Amino acid sequence: MSTLPSTTDTAPPGAATPGTGPGAPPAPDDPASLKVVPARHYARWVAAVAVIVLVAQFAHGLATNPVWEWGVFGDYVLSETIVQAVWVTLQLTAYATVLGFLLGTVLAFMRLSRSPVLQTVAWTYIWIFRSIPMIVQLVFWFNLSALYEELGFGIPFGPVFWSVDSNSVIGTMGAAIIGLTLHQAAYAAEIVRGGVIAVDHGQLEAAAAQGIPRLRQIRRIVLPQAMRAILPTAGNEIIGLLKGTSVVYVMSIGELFYQVQVIYGRNGRVIPLLLVATAWYVVLTSLLSVAQYYVERRYARGANRTPPPTPIQRARRFLRTLRAAAAQRNQPVIPLKPLGDSR
Amino acid sequence: MSDVMVDVHGVHKSFGPLEVLRGVDLKVRAGEVTVILGPSGSGKSTLLRTINHLEKVNSGWISIDGELIGYRRSGSKLHELKEKDVLKQRTHIGFVFQNFNLFPHLTVLDNLVEAPVSALRRPRKAAEETARRLLDRVGLADKADAYPRQLSGGQQQRVAIARALALEPKVLLFDEPTSALDPELVGEVLDVIKDLAGTGTTMIVVTHEIGFAREVADTVVFMDGGVVVEQGPPAAVLDDPRHERTRAFLSKVL
Ligand SMILES: Nc1ncnc2c1ncn2[C@@H]1O[C@H](COP(=O)(O)OP(=O)(O)O)[C@@H](O)[C@H]1O
Ligand SMILES: [Mg+2]
Repeated sequence: MSTLPSTTDTAPPGAATPGTGPGAPPAPDDPASLKVVPARHYARWVAAVAVIVLVAQFAHGLATNPVWEWGVFGDYVLSETIVQAVWVTLQLTAYATVLGFLLGTVLAFMRLSRSPVLQTVAWTYIWIFRSIPMIVQLVFWFNLSALYEELGFGIPFGPVFWSVDSNSVIGTMGAAIIGLTLHQAAYAAEIVRGGVIAVDHGQLEAAAAQGIPRLRQIRRIVLPQAMRAILPTAGNEIIGLLKGTSVVYVMSIGELFYQVQVIYGRNGRVIPLLLVATAWYVVLTSLLSVAQYYVERRYARGANRTPPPTPIQRARRFLRTLRAAAAQRNQPVIPLKPLGDSR
Repeated sequence: MSDVMVDVHGVHKSFGPLEVLRGVDLKVRAGEVTVILGPSGSGKSTLLRTINHLEKVNSGWISIDGELIGYRRSGSKLHELKEKDVLKQRTHIGFVFQNFNLFPHLTVLDNLVEAPVSALRRPRKAAEETARRLLDRVGLADKADAYPRQLSGGQQQRVAIARALALEPKVLLFDEPTSALDPELVGEVLDVIKDLAGTGTTMIVVTHEIGFAREVADTVVFMDGGVVVEQGPPAAVLDDPRHERTRAFLSKVL
């Protein structure tokens, strides 16, 4: 091990004075005037070049091979039909996320409650809805009107006061939202429960000791702290759901994947239209990922002594370091500084 | 005796087969400081936790300022109170935990404001004013906007004391408030508690700090094996204990 740091950013403050190792002769007069020669990493360069060549080849193939039909892609990617289909996909995702997590949170607290009845009901719900494949459930709701022709309100097992035709109330879109929500709630319940039990028990005790009302304890003390554990998994779930909405094509709802299929069924341009769908799913997923990052940051408040920098702050710091390095290259003397100080 | 603030009467408490409190009697007068000493596992924390009904008793009862805690009496029967009513009673009882239990996601100021606003329905503005005054009193006026994890242990415990005071409780309970602290931080927390004692706050303090007990306590209580072994003024209990168990314990901690 050489005592000479290979890069400035790994140098601890103490390492700024070379001359203690066997390979480095001491320079007692002025250690700061020693020149640092960074280590060369030849293997890294070879690997980088190889990867760049492969990526370039792939990109070239994408751009030039006629199979991809980029012209067709361009015709459709922002067409009204597709944009409208994206909107339907977003709506399905939003409804199922919000309703699914609301119901899931209720189920989670039922499972955590002291009442054996509530516990059992929640457990059974989760068991059933995790057992049924989503597509089976969706088709089931789609056909609901065949099973129950009328949806009625009245005394259980008794007279019905008011009723309507169930298919007209639910509608295809409604059936899809119900199906996605019920499915999502079962998973959300476990995610929320996982977050809640990760919160230190002393927090609830402190809240109870101060007489904070029960609901407020949950909303203000427990859930915000549980969010730290909930969010990464919830992010996964929501992104999964966004793409999972494509199964509602079985109900002939005009969401993205269904619409794309309809179009290539008509014109036979399968590959470019699948690319259209892919591009949109990638864009939407990316947006969700960015949103997730900032929401997580928001709930990390108070979790660390010094919060980590945002990507923008990090980019700025990186640029500053580059500029500083460039400035230093023009000077004969390299004053070593720990990176943490560069503000 | 009208000036008894805390009255613990024949309290028994078991966890499964383990009887942790085996008939505890304790009276604390208004404005006085009671220090509870005793070996680990003797039931000190459990006793404090029964006083604010974080633990239910198996038999016996506890009253604060003449009001039964956790129960309503009608004739010869004790009816268990609903959680809502227990929560209301707890606003009269400040509790300071060994490991602070501050809310890490809320600023120091919000930690102090939360319970007055949500439990006592104080207007937020008034609660914030009180909070700032209390922070000033524990020497942390400049930390109102910090998060708990940005503070030292001693500072966190002082915030926790201010948080307990924010409800203007009738009695303050401390469960080993300095046991989680580095030795050099113990003094600043004890100073705050001494200061409170000087202003006539009724307090029950579980601690191993004998010097603090000698200086501040009106009554020292020695517990062992789930019972009060002896109690009395600090000079009597600490310097001239009558029971062998007290003597053995003191010889170990002094
Ligand atoms: N929730 C609980 N369940 C089971 N045993 C407990 C519980 N709380 C405390 N105990 C037991 O009760 C005894 C007294 O505990 P505690 O009151 O914390 O003692 P101290 O505070 O004096 O050290 C210990 O043996 C402890 O293990
Ligand atoms: Mg204890």
